[in-house]
Amino acid sequence: MMDHRDVMLPLSLRTLATRTLLLLVIASAVSCSCLPPEDGIRVVSAEKRIDLMGPIVKVFLTLKVENAPTASEASGVLLAFTPTEAQHLSIAKATRVEGKRKKKAFIPLSITASELTTTAPDAPRLYSVLLSTPLKPGDATTLEVLYMLTHSLEPFPAEISQSESQLVYYRDSAVLLSPYHVLEQVTYIKMPSNRIESFTRVDPTTRAGSEVKYGTYNNQMPNSYLPILVHYENNRPFAVVEELVRKVEISHWGNIQITEQYKLKHGGARHKGVFSRLEYQSRPSVSGASSFKNLLARLPPRVHSVYYRDEIGNISSSHLRTDSHKSELEIEPRYPLFGGWHCTFTIGYGLPLQDFVFESVDGRRYINLTFGCPLLDTVVDDLTVKVVLPEGSKNPQPVVPFVTEKHLETSYSYLDVVGRTTVVLKKKNVVGEHNVPFQVYYEFNPIFMLAEPLMLISAVLLFFVAFIAYLHMDLSIRKSS
Amino acid sequence: MATSALDSLPAPLRSLRLKTKQQELLLRVSALALIYVLAFAVRLFSVLRYESMIHEFDPYFNYRTTLFLTENGFSEFWNWFDSESWYPLGRVVGGTLFPGLMVTAALLHRLLRALSLAVHIREVCVLTAPFFAANTTLVAYAFGREIWDSGAGLVAAALIAIVPGYISRSVAGSYDNEGVAIFALLLTFYLFVRAVNTGSLAWALASAFGYFYMVSAWGGYVFIINLIPLYVLVLLVTGRYSQRLYVAYNCMYVLGMLLAMQIRFVGFQHVQSGEHMAAMGVFFLLQVFFFLDWVKYLLNDARLFKSFLRTTLTCVITVGTLALGIGTASGYISPWTGRFYSLLDPTYAKDHIPIIASVSEHQPTAWSSFMFDFHILLFLFPAGLYFCFKRLSDATIFIVMYGLTSMYFAGVMVRLILVAAPAVCLISAIAASATIKNLTTLIRAKSRSPQTTSGKTTGSKAAAKGAVDQSLPFQHNAAIALLLGAFYLLSRYAIHCTWVTSEAYSSPSIVLAARGHNGGRVIFDDYREAYYWLRQNTPPDAKIMSWWDYGYQITAMGNRTVIVDNNTWNNTHIATVGRAMSSYEDEAYEIMQSLDVNYVLVVFGGVTGYSSDDINKFLWMVRIGGGVFPVIKEPDYLVNGEYRIDKGAAPKMLNCLMYKLCYYRFGELTTEYGKPPGYDRVRGVEIGNKDIKLEYLEEAFTTSNWIVRIYKVKPPKNRS
Repeated sequence: MMDHRDVMLPLSLRTLATRTLLLLVIASAVSCSCLPPEDGIRVVSAEKRIDLMGPIVKVFLTLKVENAPTASEASGVLLAFTPTEAQHLSIAKATRVEGKRKKKAFIPLSITASELTTTAPDAPRLYSVLLSTPLKPGDATTLEVLYMLTHSLEPFPAEISQSESQLVYYRDSAVLLSPYHVLEQVTYIKMPSNRIESFTRVDPTTRAGSEVKYGTYNNQMPNSYLPILVHYENNRPFAVVEELVRKVEISHWGNIQITEQYKLKHGGARHKGVFSRLEYQSRPSVSGASSFKNLLARLPPRVHSVYYRDEIGNISSSHLRTDSHKSELEIEPRYPLFGGWHCTFTIGYGLPLQDFVFESVDGRRYINLTFGCPLLDTVVDDLTVKVVLPEGSKNPQPVVPFVTEKHLETSYSYLDVVGRTTVVLKKKNVVGEHNVPFQVYYEFNPIFMLAEPLMLISAVLLFFVAFIAYLHMDLSIRKSS
Repeated sequence: MATSALDSLPAPLRSLRLKTKQQELLLRVSALALIYVLAFAVRLFSVLRYESMIHEFDPYFNYRTTLFLTENGFSEFWNWFDSESWYPLGRVVGGTLFPGLMVTAALLHRLLRALSLAVHIREVCVLTAPFFAANTTLVAYAFGREIWDSGAGLVAAALIAIVPGYISRSVAGSYDNEGVAIFALLLTFYLFVRAVNTGSLAWALASAFGYFYMVSAWGGYVFIINLIPLYVLVLLVTGRYSQRLYVAYNCMYVLGMLLAMQIRFVGFQHVQSGEHMAAMGVFFLLQVFFFLDWVKYLLNDARLFKSFLRTTLTCVITVGTLALGIGTASGYISPWTGRFYSLLDPTYAKDHIPIIASVSEHQPTAWSSFMFDFHILLFLFPAGLYFCFKRLSDATIFIVMYGLTSMYFAGVMVRLILVAAPAVCLISAIAASATIKNLTTLIRAKSRSPQTTSGKTTGSKAAAKGAVDQSLPFQHNAAIALLLGAFYLLSRYAIHCTWVTSEAYSSPSIVLAARGHNGGRVIFDDYREAYYWLRQNTPPDAKIMSWWDYGYQITAMGNRTVIVDNNTWNNTHIATVGRAMSSYEDEAYEIMQSLDVNYVLVVFGGVTGYSSDDINKFLWMVRIGGGVFPVIKEPDYLVNGEYRIDKGAAPKMLNCLMYKLCYYRFGELTTEYGKPPGYDRVRGVEIGNKDIKLEYLEEAFTTSNWIVRIYKVKPPKNRS
């Protein structure tokens, strides 16, 4: 205990000193008033690879961090994002590389929003990567971070006609935004095609084909930020699911019914002017390059009774391919989606119960399903997963590997009397990386399975009894002669 | 064998053996139950072949209103002013529709919901018509039993369950007024005949309520309110007047009329419209008749009565004619409507009301469609009439009159085959049932004769036949042959009906199916593609101009405002759209600006060979437009009286809006191998104007098979 207090005092003193220094040195580079980290971590080398191939920005960050020999043990490493980035941040994952060369091991680490973040509107938002074992003074380690940003590509021009292809802006910093001192850093930006309209030069900057390299930059102060702008062609489908409601209904008679309601939008540059079917049919490569007409959904194996429809009926253009590992449903909306066009539809399918519902050791049952959206390469702005437990279930308890909004409600279906307990999970900004298993534990007594058949049997019985009674009764007022 | 096995059973089990009467009842009930299921199941072809969806045009309006009713409740529905149709006029929906169908579906839906069955209203709507068709078989059974015997009832139920003329309007998804109305019509008739037969007030009351349901469901109730008085009149003339008739008609008419006035769309028509005057006249006539009967009984003197009769009749006729004359002259009694006229005179609509004549289901019926819809019933019908005349009663007179009048109407308009179908089935059932019964009695009498002595045959009929036996040597074999022939005919009928149902009457006409080159089924889902595009990608307040055929579908599926729709209540408005379609683009633009149109939708079949498209309907647009706006002249669009779209077409035709919108950029498309580009596959010609430039409109959307094309009306140019 005493030791600990001893360490605390010089630390806070140093903090004060660092802050003063920081304010003096980099006030011009970034307008920031955040608290600097309290440990002696610095980034020895950083490599930032930005993948701009699709509508989702994927960033792979390799950080080699080192703890100063004089500092205390560090339990976490901070990552900084601009407020806009933090707002569009969909998922961030970090792993720590341990061991050398052949004995390399990747240890997944958890990331939490750091309480060091200040509330100033343009201060960097800090996230803390919690290290599995604290970094000892003088030690170094390598972290690999992957994060994804949605809605970070701005179409420019914002409206295009059918024959034009889609150009987008991407904004970032040439140097790594970090609360630490960065000794050596390089940024790569990978784009889908050679057509790059423009990119900001921050020397040294080199371009090789569809890739732009920024750096190497040495000795960057903490919180340095050098804005860059890349303008390039991106004709990948910008499929955005504005709202997705997945309803999972469990029947202990052997079936799980999943109903997914989509509100789809083409999130790219808005279509303007004429839509010519002739052009679209005769020159498919040039005309409507950024539009898309089909989507692929990956469903679990052994899926059955698949349907694809919307408010006005069945949509006849879909293909289902199944094998023992997965099912692929290729769906075509009624019309090709051009920028800004909307489309809503519903996909439903059944799954065998024994593949997804199990009994845990404590006698409770649990359903093990995949979270997220089965459509590939799409962004879901607003995802709601509803797990409708069978009537008579008690004490539902969802287990999801990330933060979601949870609440319970009651829903009614065929022949329900007390209603079914429904677990509602909500999450915003969901991408494909969120397709991980989650569980809902609940208690269920199999006797409740018989309630509805018994109800039906007794209703039919009652009907016959009433009929027999009616036939044997004489309801006439006057005795018939 | 079976009987001996039964005899050997222990006593308690033997008591389970049914008596003949019980056996007959069991047979009858199970046959009826099977017919009930059959009538429902045969109408599900459309669901199996396509999907559970609403068909055609009018059902979409019904579905939309039913949806509104279930979502907003009855009073909202009753007071609904729909601003999404007939822009900018709007439509008072609650006051201009027959609510019976919607209320029925909504009640069924509510009932199922109350039984905690989580069905969607769409499924209820889709299955309403088959459900009521199945109920109709029960009514037909009861009706048949009432007019002939239970055997004829069963045959009638079986025939009506699968008669194509009725199936055409009651397949699953055909959510239209007729679906429930035929049930209501037959029920009203049955209850009325029953009331006449029994003279019971209860049955008359029931028939008044049946009539009320019919009035709430379909405009065809006018047929009932004219047929029943006519029937009463015939009974009076043929001297079959009775107290039973008096009770039945008065109760049914007075109560039925009062109940019918509760329907807003019908209102006071029962006392004000010329079409309903016959019923009122017969009502008064019955009173006079009753009065005279009473006076005759009181006077008990033939000579006095005769002079009394003369004066009374003169007075009554004078008063009646005066009242009718004054009523008509003062406009209190409205004259007959055009639709009514066109029923009495088939050529009337063609000359005076093009909007009625333009509908294909209002055309006079061809012989082939009679054959198609009735098959053997067409031959059984006269035979049945013969049997009816042979055993004339109040009930058979009714069915004969129903059969003859409805047959006439079926000849005038294709869609009225539907009304004739139940009568034809009932009369044919009498023929079939009576013939088969006679034949089987013959066979039985013959086969029994060796066992029993010839003098001991109980039935007098069989005895009479037995007497004839001696004169006809091959009678037994002939009877068997005839019976087999009858079964062959009836089975052909069943096969024909099933085939017709599955092939001809189960298409939803929204989704088109065709055979591809390799024999596979090709689906053209262009209508829904276009409507869904409108629904999702146009501003919510956009106004769509199209020909009126597609109005209901656009509002129901596209959820957008339309200028005109299938409720053709305002001829001028439709004529304005017809005028816009047949004008040059700049003139049409002015009309469209004045109507606030944002999008124009046309249906074009030139790529796929879909023949009921707007180019083929175009002459009706010209005619209807020209009927109100004389600037549009039909000859301008024709060349020597011939309708052409190729190079030889009239210049006005080649440059009118409809032509331009249908064929815009079509000249660059090759539709068929070995044909020049711009080859129209419906008309089978190369189009005449391949270089179409649009100045005031731009292509907004064209479906994948070009069937529906939507154009956006450009905003007016800036004044600069």
